[in-house]
Amino acid sequence: MKRYSALALLKAGLNGQRGWDRAWRDPEPKKNYDVIIIGGGGHGLSTAYYLAKVHGLRNIAVLEKGWIGGGNTGRNTTIVRSNYRQKPLHDLFDFALDLWEGMSDALNYNVMFSPRGALFLGHSDSDMTMLAQRGDALRCDGIDAELLSRDQVHKLIPLLDMSRDARFPIHGGMTQRRGGTARHDAVAWGYARAADALGVDVIQKCEVTGFTMTGGRVTGVETNRGSIGAGRVGICVAGNSGPVAAMAGLKLPIEAQTLQAFVTEPVKPMIDTVIMSQSLHCYISQSDKGGIVLGGDPDQFPSYAQRGLPARIEKAAAEAIALVPALSRLRMVRCWSGTTDMSFDGSPIISALPVDGLYLNGGWCYGGFKATPASGWCYAHLLATGESHKLAAPFAFDRFAQGATIDEAGVGFMPQLR
Amino acid sequence: MLLIDCPHCGPRAQIEFTYERTLDSIVMLDMPADEAVTRLYARANPRGLDDELWRHSFGCRQWLLLRRDRVSHAILSVVAYAP
Repeated sequence: MKRYSALALLKAGLNGQRGWDRAWRDPEPKKNYDVIIIGGGGHGLSTAYYLAKVHGLRNIAVLEKGWIGGGNTGRNTTIVRSNYRQKPLHDLFDFALDLWEGMSDALNYNVMFSPRGALFLGHSDSDMTMLAQRGDALRCDGIDAELLSRDQVHKLIPLLDMSRDARFPIHGGMTQRRGGTARHDAVAWGYARAADALGVDVIQKCEVTGFTMTGGRVTGVETNRGSIGAGRVGICVAGNSGPVAAMAGLKLPIEAQTLQAFVTEPVKPMIDTVIMSQSLHCYISQSDKGGIVLGGDPDQFPSYAQRGLPARIEKAAAEAIALVPALSRLRMVRCWSGTTDMSFDGSPIISALPVDGLYLNGGWCYGGFKATPASGWCYAHLLATGESHKLAAPFAFDRFAQGATIDEAGVGFMPQLR
Repeated sequence: MLLIDCPHCGPRAQIEFTYERTLDSIVMLDMPADEAVTRLYARANPRGLDDELWRHSFGCRQWLLLRRDRVSHAILSVVAYAP
C-alpha cells in the first residue's frame, strides 16, 4: 500500500496524478477463513481492521452483497458524539470518540473528522433540568459536557430564533465540544484500505444466501459465489439483521424501520456546530460541501423499502425552520432513507448468538455511525477471543429475557417508541 | 405514504394510524414466562409479508389487522380485529 501524504500528492502531481495504486484489492473468495464478517459497512470493515491490527489475525474476509459503505454507512447524518445518559452507552460511545480523534492518522486516510461540537438545545426549564442531569452523569464518568446559558447558545449559533415568542423558545443548551461530524463514505473506504493492507479480503458483490451447519455449529456460509468455510461467522448487517439471522433459524429482538435524512443546496458556512434538541427530533449540521444536512424521526412501522413518509420530512423541516428561520430560504436537493435495525430498548446488540460459531453486531437503531470504531473494536474482541469486550458485555443478546435492558429514552420496550 | 382502507371509516391516510406489533407477539396473562418472553422480544422481522396489528388512533380508534408487504408497502388486507 502506497502511503498517502502531502509529499506523495506533490510528487504524483508532477506526473499528472498517475501511478496511484488501487485503494484495496478485488480478491476472489478463498475456500476457508478463520473469521468471516457478513456486511461491508463501516462496522464490518472496522471489525476486520481491528481483528488484523489488534488481534493479529490475517485470514479474514468481509463479504458485502453490494458495494462497501452502500448501506446505512452512506445514509446517516454523520454525527459523532458520546453524550448519552446511560452509562453503558456513554462508555461505549466515548471509547469510540477517542478512536475517532486518531482515526485519520491510524488509517492513513482522511475521514474528515470535524469536532465542531454537538449541541442539545433546551426549550423549557424541564429541558434544562434534564440536560443538566445528563451533563452531570457524563462529567462523573470523565466525559466532557458543558451547560450553556441562553446567551452562550446565541453566541454559538447567531441564526437561531431567540425571540421570546419563538415556536421553540431557547432556554439554553448542553454541548459536547469533542463531538462533531465525519465524512461517512471515507470511514468505510479508510477501514477497507487499511484492512486490505493487513491482508483482509474485502469481497464485494458476494451475497450470503445461507449458513453451513455441522453438528449444530455454523462452519461457513453459502454465497452467490460458492460455499466458504469459516471458524467463526459474524453478522454485521444492521438494517437486515433479521433476514440474515433467519437463515440460521433465529428470531431477533429487532424490527426494521425506515429513517430518512435530507440535504439542502450548498451555501456558505452558516452553522458551525451540530444542533440537536432535548424536546424535538431534528438534527441540523452543515456539511463541508455547504449543504445543510437534516434528519428527523423514523417512520415507526416496519419497512425495508428504503423510502420514507413525506410527513417525516415535513416535520423535521418545520422544526428546523422554526429554530433557524434562515433555513426557509434554502431548497432541498436530495432526500434518502436507510433501513434501521430498531432494537426493543434502543441499544445495540454485540453478542454471541444461541447457535455455536455465530455472532451478531446489530440493533443500532439510528445511532450506529458514531459508534463505528468502538463497535468494530469490541466485535473484533468477541470474534477473536469468543469473550465479550467489557464495554460490550452489557449489550448481550439475552438481556431482554433477563430484564437488563438499556433504555436511553426510558419509554418502554417497543421498537416503534424510539 | 400508505392509504389504509379502514373497515369502519373507509380509506384514510397512514398518519391517522399507529403500528402496534405483529400478530404473533400478543402476550396473554396466563402464558408461561419463557413463551411470554419469546412473544415480547423475538421477531421474525421478514423481508416480505407479515401480519400486523395497527390502530386507527386518530379515527375510530379500533384495532385492525393488516397483512402487509414490508418491501413494496402493498397492503393485501385490512380487517377489524377484536382481541
